[in-house]
Amino acid sequence: MTADGAGPTGAAVPEEAAFAQEVPRGEPILEVRDLVKHFPLTRGVLFKKQVGAVKAVDGVSFDLMQGETLGIVGESGCGKSTLAKVLMNLEPATGGSVRYKGEEISRLSGGALKAVRRNIQMVFQDPYTSLNPRMTVGDIIGEPFEIHPEVAPRGDRRKAVQDLLDVVGLNPEYINRYPHQFSGGQRQRIGIARGLALKPEIIICDEPVSALDVSVQAQVINLLEQLQGEFNLSYMFIAHDLSIVRHISDRVGVMYLGKMVEIGSDEQIYDHATHPYTQALLSAVPVPDPTARESRDRIVLTGDVPSPANPPSGCRFRTRCWKAQERCAVEVPPLAPPGWLSGPAFHDSACHFAAERESGEDVGSRP
Amino acid sequence: MDVVEVTGGGRENLVPGTPLLEVEDLHIEFHTQDGVAKAVNGVSYSVAAGETLAVLGESGSGKSVTAQAVMGILDMPPGKITAGRILFRGEDMLTMSPKLRRTVRGRRIAMIFQDALSALNPVLSVGYQLGEMFRVHQGLSRAEARAKAVELMERVRIPAAKQRVGDFPHQFSGGMRQRIMIAMALALEPDLIIADEPTTALDVTVQAQVMDLLAELQSEFNMGLILITHDLGVVADVADKIAVMYAGRIVETAPVHELYARPAHPYTRGLLDSIPRLDQKGQDLHAIKGLPPNLLSIPQGCAFNPRCDRVRDVCLTELPPLVPVADEEGAELPGRRSACHYWRETLHG
Repeated sequence: MTADGAGPTGAAVPEEAAFAQEVPRGEPILEVRDLVKHFPLTRGVLFKKQVGAVKAVDGVSFDLMQGETLGIVGESGCGKSTLAKVLMNLEPATGGSVRYKGEEISRLSGGALKAVRRNIQMVFQDPYTSLNPRMTVGDIIGEPFEIHPEVAPRGDRRKAVQDLLDVVGLNPEYINRYPHQFSGGQRQRIGIARGLALKPEIIICDEPVSALDVSVQAQVINLLEQLQGEFNLSYMFIAHDLSIVRHISDRVGVMYLGKMVEIGSDEQIYDHATHPYTQALLSAVPVPDPTARESRDRIVLTGDVPSPANPPSGCRFRTRCWKAQERCAVEVPPLAPPGWLSGPAFHDSACHFAAERESGEDVGSRP
Repeated sequence: MDVVEVTGGGRENLVPGTPLLEVEDLHIEFHTQDGVAKAVNGVSYSVAAGETLAVLGESGSGKSVTAQAVMGILDMPPGKITAGRILFRGEDMLTMSPKLRRTVRGRRIAMIFQDALSALNPVLSVGYQLGEMFRVHQGLSRAEARAKAVELMERVRIPAAKQRVGDFPHQFSGGMRQRIMIAMALALEPDLIIADEPTTALDVTVQAQVMDLLAELQSEFNMGLILITHDLGVVADVADKIAVMYAGRIVETAPVHELYARPAHPYTRGLLDSIPRLDQKGQDLHAIKGLPPNLLSIPQGCAFNPRCDRVRDVCLTELPPLVPVADEEGAELPGRRSACHYWRETLHG
């Protein structure tokens, strides 16, 4: 792997083979540093003048380790889907860096960029709109091979597609059917098969089960877990269902208004959250246990998420936070382990007053 | 029939426990190009004042169609009510005069929809839409209706209601729009509110606000509430009793605590088991195998039989009736019913 700063040496444009190298398990495969994505707000028709920006992602840093599942949770508008798009290089980043196996993605072009893209794939939320209704399942799953013919030579494609259908638990004979002939859960399996086609190392799942029926969600989650073991995949799992995220994730990051506010192992986040937003989010999740109704210690946040075009100064959560003080309006809290905490509470948390909830009760867990 | 009795503003006679709505053996079909889809096949449930009934089911289970029939907003055709009664305070709404039916549905029963942005008219201000009900049903003037609209918006805690009454739906956030929907439903002080997935489109922190508001207003007015949802978490939080629907039938009814503690139908058990639990980390979830049925060809016998692990021969041929459920000693459990041939094994085994 290339060392830091070795990028702009010109001649060292990595060939596709450069990424064939395996990253040892538990080492970072994707390193994200201060990633920024602003969407400009313009005024005027002919001479577009920028009058501001929607700060969808505003300085996010984290590592995705080889073989792990990193869950990203947050409410709508917090920037989690934009983050996925920037990582996929579907949207150019405004600033910051994304390193895949030590190589800066935004600086790549041509064959090297193509190789990176092959290795980072995505599974989308809505299996009803993310599959082309005029293409057969075989064409949908086989389309990635058109762009990357080296993965499956022309003659082998049909076989490759049938193998993929089998892997995701669909009948290989369905290869000539159209998406409308499948149920939601089956369509999501088709989307997963397409994501697997190029044998990627990283799959970014953007709300992969939220459009599915409850009884089918568990099937798809099981499939994703099984595939991870089989193909040694690293997942970034973006979702708003906190219980599913806890089930599937090794580590969890919590986003609010374009910032990562807390990140840690699933236990650290769910049982020892120190950021007030994480605590409120966890306490608001309805627990499927009626006996917990009376004992619940729910933090009901007032108001709505502020506009990302005009986020509050300092800590972005301060307008809805019960701990907010003057300092929060001036100083942006860094995402770092708070020095005054220890044990499982000692993990990255972007709060000046980070602390576990007083009652210490386990508000996020299932019965 | 005494029109005044049904349509009057009888808020004070809403005593908790008074039966409000009884749906009896309702059957609804949809005539489509591909055949007849049997969406609802003999659904019966009831709600009393002050009570919250949760109707739990997946898409296609018939939970929303039943509610639409109650509200009279079922698209007919292609929909058709082929049998059954819908009694509101003892009067059958399917046979009463259309004029009377309209007043009952407008004033006494209100509905909250899932997607507030598409349920509100985008080209009219929310103040106009809220006030419209007072103008139509109570004959108030525009100024009076507007004042009432502000009052309602304050009641559902829209900040700066006076300034925002002239704003249009797109100028509000998702949570606020849903609160405006609730305000609209409450405007005429109905006896019964039907909420169809009221928080599904909302974020969890906003969902908590909306559900709290709904529960608070319900207990204040002793309204009946039918909550239609697929979310087992929301149900556990607010419901008194639950009806679980599958393929157009109620497969289990139970008081909320008992349903979660000891389900008496394999489908309910499957749903509860598929929720991720802490001790299951790193293991497979207990998923229900197979797919929800196609309403054009509901399986013979018990509709759940292709997905059930307890399936036996009788399940393939005989439709299990919704029968009362008893404990080990044979004493009937109040409010509990199950439509499974083997409810004993499911409940006790």
